[in-house]
Amino acid sequence: MAVEEKRTTWLGTSVKRKEDDRFLQGRGNYIEDVSLPNMLHMAILRSPFAHARIVSIDTSKAQELPGVIAVVTGELLAEHNLAWMPTLSGDTQAVLATDKVRFQGQEVAAVVAENRYVAHDALELIDVDYDPLPAVVDPFKALEEGAPLIRDDKEGQEDNRIYHWEAGDKDATDRAFEEADLVVDLSTHYPRSHPAPLECCGCVADVNPASGKITIYMTSQAPHAHRTVFALVTGLPEQNIQIISPDIGGGFGNKVPIYPGYVIATAASLLLGQPVKWIEDRTGNLISTGFARDFHMSGALALKRDGTISGVRVKMLSDQGCSYADAQPSKLKAGLFHIVTGSYDIPAAHVVTDGAYTNKAMGGVAYRCSFRVTEASYLVERLAHSAATELGMDPAEFRRKNFIQPEQFPYRSATGFTYDSGDYEKAMNLALETAGYSELRAEQKRVREEEGRLLGLGLATFTEVVGAGPSKDYDILGIKMFDSAELRVHPTGKAILKIGVKTQGQGHETTFAQIVANELGIPPSDILVHHGDTDNTPYGLGTYASRSTPVGGAATAVIARKVRDKAKKIAAHMLEVSEEDLEWEMGRFFVKGAPDKEATIQDVAFAAYTNHPPGVEAGLEGVTYYDPPNMTYPFGSYLVVVEVDPDTGEWEVQKMVAVDDCGVRINPMIVEGQIMGGLTEGFAMSAMQQISFDEEGNCIGSNFMDYLLPTAWETPKFELDQTVTPSPHHPIGAKGVGESATVGSPAAFVNAVVDALAHLGVTNIDMPVTSAKVWEAIQGAKTKAT
Amino acid sequence: MVDITVTVNGRSRTADVEPRLLLVHFLRDTVGLTGTHVGCDTTSCGACTILLDGTPIKSCTFFAVQANGREVTTVEGMMRDGQLHPLQEGFKEEHGLQCGFCTPGMMLVAAALLEENQSPSEEDIRWAISGNLCRCTGYQNIVKSVQWAADKMQSEQTKA
Repeated sequence: MAVEEKRTTWLGTSVKRKEDDRFLQGRGNYIEDVSLPNMLHMAILRSPFAHARIVSIDTSKAQELPGVIAVVTGELLAEHNLAWMPTLSGDTQAVLATDKVRFQGQEVAAVVAENRYVAHDALELIDVDYDPLPAVVDPFKALEEGAPLIRDDKEGQEDNRIYHWEAGDKDATDRAFEEADLVVDLSTHYPRSHPAPLECCGCVADVNPASGKITIYMTSQAPHAHRTVFALVTGLPEQNIQIISPDIGGGFGNKVPIYPGYVIATAASLLLGQPVKWIEDRTGNLISTGFARDFHMSGALALKRDGTISGVRVKMLSDQGCSYADAQPSKLKAGLFHIVTGSYDIPAAHVVTDGAYTNKAMGGVAYRCSFRVTEASYLVERLAHSAATELGMDPAEFRRKNFIQPEQFPYRSATGFTYDSGDYEKAMNLALETAGYSELRAEQKRVREEEGRLLGLGLATFTEVVGAGPSKDYDILGIKMFDSAELRVHPTGKAILKIGVKTQGQGHETTFAQIVANELGIPPSDILVHHGDTDNTPYGLGTYASRSTPVGGAATAVIARKVRDKAKKIAAHMLEVSEEDLEWEMGRFFVKGAPDKEATIQDVAFAAYTNHPPGVEAGLEGVTYYDPPNMTYPFGSYLVVVEVDPDTGEWEVQKMVAVDDCGVRINPMIVEGQIMGGLTEGFAMSAMQQISFDEEGNCIGSNFMDYLLPTAWETPKFELDQTVTPSPHHPIGAKGVGESATVGSPAAFVNAVVDALAHLGVTNIDMPVTSAKVWEAIQGAKTKAT
Repeated sequence: MVDITVTVNGRSRTADVEPRLLLVHFLRDTVGLTGTHVGCDTTSCGACTILLDGTPIKSCTFFAVQANGREVTTVEGMMRDGQLHPLQEGFKEEHGLQCGFCTPGMMLVAAALLEENQSPSEEDIRWAISGNLCRCTGYQNIVKSVQWAADKMQSEQTKA
C-alpha cells in the first residue's frame, strides 16, 4: 500500500471544489430559489423612450386588477425621500423616474402582486403619458454647445460634461513627443459591453414590521458595503439591516452596484409589511443594469528609431450614460486607467479623460476588470503592435526592447504606480516557445506568398493592477478598501472561516479553506467558509476587481497565523515546555529535539476549550482586518494565431497560448478555470459582444438573440502555461487572477487579425471585429491599391 | 384552470394550473424543484433545459399543459440509488462548473447526447451543448467533463 507523503503545503493543490456537490444536484440556493411565507412579487415598468418628459402616470386600472396589492411610482417614493439615490461615484440616479426618463429601459413604476404573472399583467394597464425629447447618443455630440441637457435635475449642471481629469506629467510627455524620431498613434473605441452573468439580478426584501428587522436577500458582490448604503439612503438603523447574498449565478461586476429594483422592493416591503420578491428579466438586465467599457480612446507612442518608447499620451472620452455610476475607488476619475504604461519602461506619460452624460443606461461597472485596467491594457497593447509594424520590428522584439526588467522592481511607473514584481520577458519567451513563434512567422509568410492564405499572429504582454487597495489611496463612498476574515477553531478541531468577500463562482469555499489549511494543517474538508451574510461575517468591501485573494485571502492567512500563535501558547502549556522550545510543522507543534512529543492542532483546539493555560483566554479564534500595503500586479503573455478568409472576412482562431503569472497559485485547477473563462469573455468582446444604440437611443442588444455571447461552438481552444513571480508584499505571494484573461486577451485577438491584413496596409479594426468589418477593411485596402 | 398530471423524475405530480403557466414555473414553484434555472426568458441560454420524454427542451418557453401526461427529468432526477450520475461526477472531476447556474441544463443536454452516442468526439460534444450558454468556464472543461462521463459509462458497460 502506498504511504501518503507527509503534506507540507496546501498551496498549489487542485483540491476538488467543496461547493460543487450542491450545484451538481440542483441544491444551490440562488436568489430566485429564496421563497418566504406570505411573499409578494414585484415587476417593473420601463421606459420605451431614451429621453422624454413624464407628463402623467395613471395607475388606476392596474390597481383594480385582482391580485394587485400596490403600484409604486416615483411620486410615492418621493414622499419617503427615496425617488433618487446616490451612485457609487457620488452622483445621483433615479430609483423611479419623476421628472424625465433619461434612458430606454429606465424604471418608471412597479407593481406588487400576489404572483408574478399578475404583476406583469398589471404593468400593461399602467398608462404613462410621455413627451419625447431629442435623445443624445453620441458622447462627442453630448459635449457640443447646444446639446440637449440630460441632467437638468442637477443644480449647477449646465452641460453634459461629468468630469475632466488628467494624470501624469504633461510637460515631460510633450518633450518626449517633440524629441521623438517617430510617433505612432491609434484612435479606437472600446465598445460598450454588458457582463451578462447567466443569472439576472434580484432580491427578496423582508421587512418585519413587529421587530423592525430588515432582511434583504440580494444578488450582491459587496453585501457589507450595500448594507451601509441602504442605511445611509433610507435612514434605517444599520443594526436592523441584514444583507444575505445567496449563491450567485455569475457576477463579473454586474452585481456590484445597487439597482432601483432592490430599493423599490425594500420600500414596498416596508410599506406593506410583507416580503417582496423582485427577479429581473433578461431584457431588464441588459438594458438597465451596469454596462461596461465605452471609452473612445486616442493614444500615441513617442518612439526612438531603435524602438525605445520614450512617452505615451492618451486622450479619452468616456460615455457614461445618464449618471456617473462607475464602480471605482473615488480618487481617480478614470479608475485605474493610468496602468496604460503597461509592462513597459516608459519614462513619460500623460492621460486626459473626459466623461460625458448620454441618454443611455448608467453603470460603468468594471466588467471582469479592475476599474478601467482593461481599456488601458487594450490601448497600450494595440499601440505596441502598431509601433512594431511601423518600425518594421517584430512585435515580440519590440516588447523585449521596452519591458521593465526584473531588477527594476519595485518599479515606479510614470503615472505613479509601484509595480510589486514581474518578469515579463520570461513569460513572453515561454508563450513564444510553446506556440513555436518563429516557425509560425515563417509559415505565415509562406502560405501568404504561395497559397494566398492570411495567417495573423497577435501578441499581448499585459500587466494588471488589482487588489484594491491600500487605505491611503482607495475608498468607495469613503469606506476604505480593506477586507476581513474571522476564524473560529471548534473544540473538535474543525473550523469556520467567515470572510467579507463574496464568491460568485470563483470557488472561495475551497480556496479560502486551503489558505487556512496551509497555515494550520486542518484539512480543507474540515473548514467551512461562510460568506455573503452581513450579520454573520466581518465587514468587507466584497468581490470584484480581482481583490478577493489579494485582500481577503491575505486577511485569511494573517488571521490563521494569529490563531496559530495562540495555539502555540496552549501547546506549550500542554507539553509543559516554553514556547521557544516548540517547532511547527503542518498540523502539529513538537518539542525541539523530541519530535514525538507533540500536540496536533486538533489536540490544541480541544485544550483551548477544556484546558486553557492560566492567563490565556479560552477559545481559539480571532478576526482581522487587512489593509494591503500595495496593489498587486499580475501579468501575462498571450499569443493568438488566426486565419482570415480573404473572401468573406471571417476569422478563426487556430491557436491560443496563454501564459499567466498571478504569483503563487492556491488551487491551480480553479486558477486555470478562471483563465479559460476570462479568455472566452475576451474573445467575445473582440469578436461579437457589443451593446449598441440607434439614433433614438433604442438599445440594440436587449436579449441574447441580439447581444451575442459565444457558445461552445465558436469558442476557441486554449493552451495554458504559467510562470510564478510571487508578490513580495502578500502573505502567501498571491496576486489575483480572475480578470487577467479578460484584460489581456482582446488585444491579442485584434492584433492577430490586424497582423493578418498588415500587408494590405490595414492598421486597425475596432471591436467587435466582425467578419463584415474585416471584409470592408480588405475591400478598402484593395480600392486604395487600384 | 386545467388539471394536469406530469411525471417528474419518476413521480406523478397533479396540479390545477393556468393554461399560460410555463413548464419551468410549474417545476420550480408548483413542484418545488428549483434546480432548473431561468437565464434569458427567450430560449437562448439553456439554463432551463429539462428532458421531456428523454429529449432536451427549454422549459422557459414551454407551457406546463403541454407536458400533461408526459415524463420530465430535471437535475434532481439524475442520481441513481443515492449515487451521482457519471456526468455529475465528471463535472466535479474536470472542474466543469464555476457559478453552477448553467450546470443543470448542460448536464441534461449531455445526458441526452450520451444516450445516443456513447463515445462522442469533442466536436460532437461542442455541437450538442451549443444551445446552452456558460459565462464562467469557456466550455473547455465542460467538454472534458462530458468525455470523463462517457469514459466512465463505457467502462461500466464493459464490466457489466
